[in-house]
Amino acid sequence: MQVFNIKNLTFHKCGPINFQIKANEIIGLSGASGSGKTLLLRALTDLDKHQGNVQLDEMIQQNTAAHLWRKKVAMLPADTSWWFDTVDEHFTDHDDTNLLAELDALGFPEQCMQWSIARLSSGEKQRLGLLRLIQNKPQVLLLDEPTANLDKNNTHLFEKFVKHYLAENNACAIWVSHDADQLQRVCHRQYIIEKGKLENVD
Amino acid sequence: MLIELSIVDLSLAAFLVLMLGTLSALMKLGISRQLYIAAARTTVQLLLIGLVLKALFASTSLAFILLISAVMICVAGWEILSRQQRKLKGWWGFGVSTGSLFVSSFLITLLCLIVVIQADPWYSPQYAIPLLGMLLGNTMTGIALGMDRLIQTAWQQRPVIEQRLMLGQTADEAIVDLRREAMRAGMIPIINSMAAAGLVSLPGMMTGQILAGSAPVEAVKYQILIMFMISSGTGLGVISVLWLISKRLFDDRERLCFKQLLKEKANERKYI
Repeated sequence: MQVFNIKNLTFHKCGPINFQIKANEIIGLSGASGSGKTLLLRALTDLDKHQGNVQLDEMIQQNTAAHLWRKKVAMLPADTSWWFDTVDEHFTDHDDTNLLAELDALGFPEQCMQWSIARLSSGEKQRLGLLRLIQNKPQVLLLDEPTANLDKNNTHLFEKFVKHYLAENNACAIWVSHDADQLQRVCHRQYIIEKGKLENVD
Repeated sequence: MLIELSIVDLSLAAFLVLMLGTLSALMKLGISRQLYIAAARTTVQLLLIGLVLKALFASTSLAFILLISAVMICVAGWEILSRQQRKLKGWWGFGVSTGSLFVSSFLITLLCLIVVIQADPWYSPQYAIPLLGMLLGNTMTGIALGMDRLIQTAWQQRPVIEQRLMLGQTADEAIVDLRREAMRAGMIPIINSMAAAGLVSLPGMMTGQILAGSAPVEAVKYQILIMFMISSGTGLGVISVLWLISKRLFDDRERLCFKQLLKEKANERKYI
């Protein structure tokens, strides 16, 4: 990808919102609880009703089949859901040769694919949720408080992993977080949502 | 030949229902009210239909029979809706339930009357009305169960459905497991009664015919016919209702959208 372009986006009581993200960029997004951060990500991945123009290079959101769009502009929710019994069954691409290296990079042993979902901690779900999501090779990652349940070391691994993914795949990301230090660390630019408007943070 | 039942005989049976209601009230199981209403309805409705059937069998007017059938289908459709824990939007819900009953019961009865039984005329009320009634009664249960299961599980598993959408699954892929489960819920009663027929239970119609003095083998043949009609009718009805509802659960952008399907409750507004 080259550019992810959002023009006059309105949803719920927010907007109009305009911004652009270029390849390899990470945009930080903060704001009080209930300000609409999650709703913005849901509108971008087209899970909620909204107006405006969202475009990934030449690909226009409303002209693309919704499920194909969500593979390209993919959201990692704050709470990931799992519906089968083991981790393995949630991964569709079993020939993914990178998976082992990716598991290792996030601090998982190879056997973790056989783990039962019931024994996963919320932090493990979050990290495995990211691995599951990137099997689709998304061009835009929408991360909703992705490290809220992680300790310091795993947070570090997660940040490094995302940066590496973006560089490898020429992708970009929006990172929602309440942790100002983290946003400072990983983001190239930062926005804050206040009263339905997107403001620059200097 | 048939031993007639007196008011006292029926009162004895009613006393049992009353006992169950009292027991339920004492144990706070909360079923007594519904039980009494249903028992009262059975009594009044069956007495009335007894009178209607008497008139019906005397005439063989096609229009009258079609009118009765239409009333039966509409009432069954309304019953399906009132068995739902989450209320569907009025006319749409009514259209779906009566539509699926039409396919599952009316068309199958028609087929059976014309092709299999070949009564003369084909709409002879002695055959048409009881057949339709038995089909409606059973498919209604299956459809109500399947529909309720699909809507309830979709509501409870909203995060899972949305997660599957986030992973790029189509609306159809995201709901297929729930639809399978709902299909099972709708079909289990009739599968059970087919499997248990003769070994555990003697089906009502057959018992009735035998009590009235028919040869058991003739009664059995009719019962087999009915069982096959009911199971295929229920299957068709549940399939069509599940298909319509799972389409309606998503909007044209494959977003989960309960707003199109369910009535809004004030406290749930923000979720649907």
